[in-house]
Amino acid sequence: MAKASVTPSAEERLILTKKNRRWDEVRGRSLVTICAIIMIVATIAVTIFLAQKGLQSFTVNNINPIAYLTSTNWNPVGENASFGIFPFIFGSLAVTFLSALIAAPLGIGAAIFMSEIAPKFGKKFLQPVIELLVGIPSVVYGFIGLVVLVPLVRDNLPGIGFSLFAGVIVLTVMILPTVTTIATDAMRSLPNSLRQGSLALGATRWQTIRKVLIPAALPSLLTAIVLGMARAFGEALAVQMVIGNTRDLPGSIFDTSATLTTIVTLNIGHTTYGSIENNTLWSMGLILLIISFVFIFIVRYLSGRRKI
Amino acid sequence: MNSRITDRIATGVFYTIAAIMVALLLYLFYFILSNGLPQVTWDFLTSPSSSYQAGGGIRDQLFNSLYILVITMIITVPLGVCGGIYMAEYAKPGKITNFIRTCIEMLASLPSIVVGLFGLLIFVNITGWGYTIIGGALALTIFNIPVMVRVTEDAIRSVPKEQKEASLALGITRWHTIKTVLLPYAFPGILTGAILASGRVFGEAAALLYTAGLSTPTLDYGNWNPFAENSPLNIFRPAETLAVHIWSVNTQGLIPDVREVANGASAVLVIAVLLFNILARWLGSVIHKKLTAGK
Repeated sequence: MAKASVTPSAEERLILTKKNRRWDEVRGRSLVTICAIIMIVATIAVTIFLAQKGLQSFTVNNINPIAYLTSTNWNPVGENASFGIFPFIFGSLAVTFLSALIAAPLGIGAAIFMSEIAPKFGKKFLQPVIELLVGIPSVVYGFIGLVVLVPLVRDNLPGIGFSLFAGVIVLTVMILPTVTTIATDAMRSLPNSLRQGSLALGATRWQTIRKVLIPAALPSLLTAIVLGMARAFGEALAVQMVIGNTRDLPGSIFDTSATLTTIVTLNIGHTTYGSIENNTLWSMGLILLIISFVFIFIVRYLSGRRKI
Repeated sequence: MNSRITDRIATGVFYTIAAIMVALLLYLFYFILSNGLPQVTWDFLTSPSSSYQAGGGIRDQLFNSLYILVITMIITVPLGVCGGIYMAEYAKPGKITNFIRTCIEMLASLPSIVVGLFGLLIFVNITGWGYTIIGGALALTIFNIPVMVRVTEDAIRSVPKEQKEASLALGITRWHTIKTVLLPYAFPGILTGAILASGRVFGEAAALLYTAGLSTPTLDYGNWNPFAENSPLNIFRPAETLAVHIWSVNTQGLIPDVREVANGASAVLVIAVLLFNILARWLGSVIHKKLTAGK
């Protein structure tokens, strides 16, 4: 009885609000579409503005791009100024690859520990530890590198402490949680049938990990390493605080060095906007942008090859 | 026999690696807190920094960090949530969606110094504002949006299908379903993600060096008029944040007590990030319990 009296009023309500809701739908849809467009616009704006500004040193100041990339002579001030950024490209690549070389086995090892060896302990304890490590700001890593690592290197190893080596260690610590998190997700997403199948054939846990699980997760594990490298490559302040920032090619791993990011960070603030030196710094910014795009394309390629 | 020994050795190696990670975190926290906490006094938190004398505090830097964080989140959260809704509900699989996804990935992987350069070019030079809080906040928005989009998309996708279909089957429009069914359900996830993103924004420095600047004008905390030159609320003034301050005292090295100031500031920064982390976990689980009426 009570229901009968409710039904017409609900129907009325529906009829009354029908038009209203349709307009709502249009408005809501346009609102979220605009937000999606803003993201496209932002990406394109970053690319176009940085490309236009970064190319000025070649188009306006007539610097030879080949010489710019390959010359080792960086001497931006004075009469015979020369702009060769090869030492910085080398420095950037060196710290990126060396830190990935150390962080990859450690990160993947930790991931395997969390997913295969001690899943409960991993989830309850190690996962929060790693999330906290991700959260520590990069300047804090740089500062600790500066006050702990640099004196340690100076006292125990050749060189003055500020070095490529110190930069590599700081970056390793920084990208380790990144690599671990992504690698753990990759290992956890493997179907259990793989593990059970292998163990049922009599394989030990290590044989299962090495012969079955790692090959199956390989594209995702590589993605983890590449994203770690992307982070290492783009890091500026932490590296700048420990690497020494010299303009010469390092002779050994314990020599001072510089990377693209550190030179940009140090100099973009106190060079005149529009001067040749300033423009060459913007070109380095463009190179950073291009290489970070390259990393993304590698990641996309790898995710296309994912088997599982 | 042989394979059993290798298995043991491998297990031992994995345990060692896990122990290294834990030791690393414990050492870092021990170092930061044991050196930093003695510096963090009420006086340190509430006195202005000094540019060349010892004994400066971090009052303005702390305020600037929080203020830039608030403004960034005011801009980012609506944009990111709407973007996430689009990706989860409206985007049809195809070339355009694929392109938007690539854009989001690109924005997410931009090195923060590149974001800073873009900010310097647009919000400092082309607009002619100079170093401003709003310029810094907009730069941070660029690298924070992808995070918010991803968080929102994941949260909305995790809503059970039945809930959404039941709503649509009642003849309710898609947008109304999003507003009344999907968003409330996804809210804890979005909130947790937003707080974690706040932690990242709070510690960011490279993107702010050349957008919000390395200095702060003398502020009068009694002046709440947002258009006054010396008002802390003015968004068109330069503002050095806490993370930038740690970098600049170490790099410029003009004050004699660099170590003390940087230790104290690092401790404050890390504690703040820690609080964001705990808050996110706690709020997320509390709200989830309330919504699902679980135990």
